Amino acid sequence: MAHRHPLPVPDAQWAIEARGLQKFFGGHPAVNGVDLKVRSGTIYSVLGPNGAGKTTTIRMLATLLKPDAGTAKIFGFDTVRQPHLVRQLISVTGQYATVDESLTAWENLIIFARLLGLSRAEARRRAAELLERFGLTEAARRPLKQFSGGMRRRLDLAASLIVETPLLFLDEPTTGLDPRTRAMMWEFIRNSVRKGTTVLLTTQYLDEADQLADRIAVIDRGRVVAEGTADELKTSVGTSSLQLKVRDEIDMAQARQTVEQVLGVRSHVTPEAGRITAPMAGADQLADLLVALRNQGIALAEISVRKPTLDEVFMAITGRPTEEEREKVVS
Amino acid sequence: MTKTPGFGQAVRQSLTMAYRGLLKVRHTPEQLFDVTLQPILFTLMFAYVFGGAISGDVRSYLPVIIPGILVQTVITASIVTGVQLREDMDKGVFDRFRSLPIARMAPLAGALLADMIRYAIATVLTFAIGYVMGYRPDAGLGYVALAGVVVMACAWCISWIFAFFGVVARTASTVQGVSVIILLPLTILSNAFVPVQTMPGWLQKFVNVNPVSHLVSAVRELVNEGTFGWHLAVSLIGAAAIAAVFAPLAVRAYMRRA
Repeated sequence: MAHRHPLPVPDAQWAIEARGLQKFFGGHPAVNGVDLKVRSGTIYSVLGPNGAGKTTTIRMLATLLKPDAGTAKIFGFDTVRQPHLVRQLISVTGQYATVDESLTAWENLIIFARLLGLSRAEARRRAAELLERFGLTEAARRPLKQFSGGMRRRLDLAASLIVETPLLFLDEPTTGLDPRTRAMMWEFIRNSVRKGTTVLLTTQYLDEADQLADRIAVIDRGRVVAEGTADELKTSVGTSSLQLKVRDEIDMAQARQTVEQVLGVRSHVTPEAGRITAPMAGADQLADLLVALRNQGIALAEISVRKPTLDEVFMAITGRPTEEEREKVVS
Repeated sequence: MTKTPGFGQAVRQSLTMAYRGLLKVRHTPEQLFDVTLQPILFTLMFAYVFGGAISGDVRSYLPVIIPGILVQTVITASIVTGVQLREDMDKGVFDRFRSLPIARMAPLAGALLADMIRYAIATVLTFAIGYVMGYRPDAGLGYVALAGVVVMACAWCISWIFAFFGVVARTASTVQGVSVIILLPLTILSNAFVPVQTMPGWLQKFVNVNPVSHLVSAVRELVNEGTFGWHLAVSLIGAAAIAAVFAPLAVRAYMRRA
């Protein structure tokens, strides 16, 4: 690193330690007692539907918002008492911390670089380098108004990387992106972690958390409702997941009841297809269930057993379908 | 790793933010209408409409109206500082500025610094249109430049009021509305356009204590007579007092949000 702020290598074990973070907006809790512990050098995903408190949490961790209660430490530095130190260790890219619409891509990067203490020559070199890396060289001098969503996001990211900080906050980095740019973003995140960066990523896409994150916190209505690796979360709702569809809608209620009785768990009905889903301790319970259903004369359209998806995890934990699932219902 | 940004860094960061302000002006030159078209239009309109009535002819009205227009334009231009600051703070990019390890007041200081360019443009244009119309200030170019600097300095101090409104107000149009309500009476109920003696007694009392009148008189003395005295002192002390009150208020309010 040839920059004036060399990549500091904080030897703290925890990149983020947050305890009991609370934030109220107009008397309503947006974040209501969030605890987070993120190990250095890992990808951590905060997963939750819109309005769950993901962005508010990140804003508190990134010193943009003071918590009403609780504390947060970034590599051991307190976000409220030592914000200037914290800011030297973090970069934020999100739906809110963006670039300057009224300037060109080139000007944006130069301004940020100069603010970060790069000399004029260094700033120019770094801006050119980043524009090249994110495929924006052609568009460097064009007004940002003509940029597509994907280009904008790439510029956002480039601006976060002028000085490579040990902790990167990415707030919904792939929301609304085309598949190509999303793949690029994923590749970028994986690369950053390989180089030792810690990434905190929020997403409403379960798949994304599943693919990328070492650990996941599921957040709902301002609280962490579950935490662990993707596999731990999936296991917590049973080792297998039962999917069942009855041939005749009339049998739905009775079928559900039977499933719950035989498996001894709560079941859910996926809204889009009227499928009954339920966690199963083991696949061998299936035989008992089939017998019970046959005895009651319930005809099945389909039945399957597989590893649970994070969608099911989310539904099992919060009792509600995820944003993605709800969108499917509408469309 | 430093605990707080040093003073040198803070100054450099403020200058970078001012540079950003200038880049914005370059991309949207229409932002400059209030300091370009307005002084030209006002000078032309006021001079040709009121000139004959007030001073006998247009040319002898110019030494009266040019300082008046100058003060009115530059002071009014300082409102924009607050409006643009509010607009800026509502944008996503401000969050990024706030997440950077830079001096907290750099964005604020930078915005106010960049506005000096706007004031300079208004000052030069007002004197230039006056010159075109035949105005030759008796005190000469040096005093004209000095008067320009005085007006710009006062406007900069006053812009802290609007910067404060900009930081605390909820929308940019609120800032605009409140600011105009405050400034319009101050600039109209002054000696900027019309001699005070022609006004009713009760109004004269107000006009004579109006700080805008003092600034207009100070400019007239400087450019027309090459003298300075009481009016200049009052203007500068008043402006400094405004800055002394509103700069800390604006910075404090800004820091609380930042």
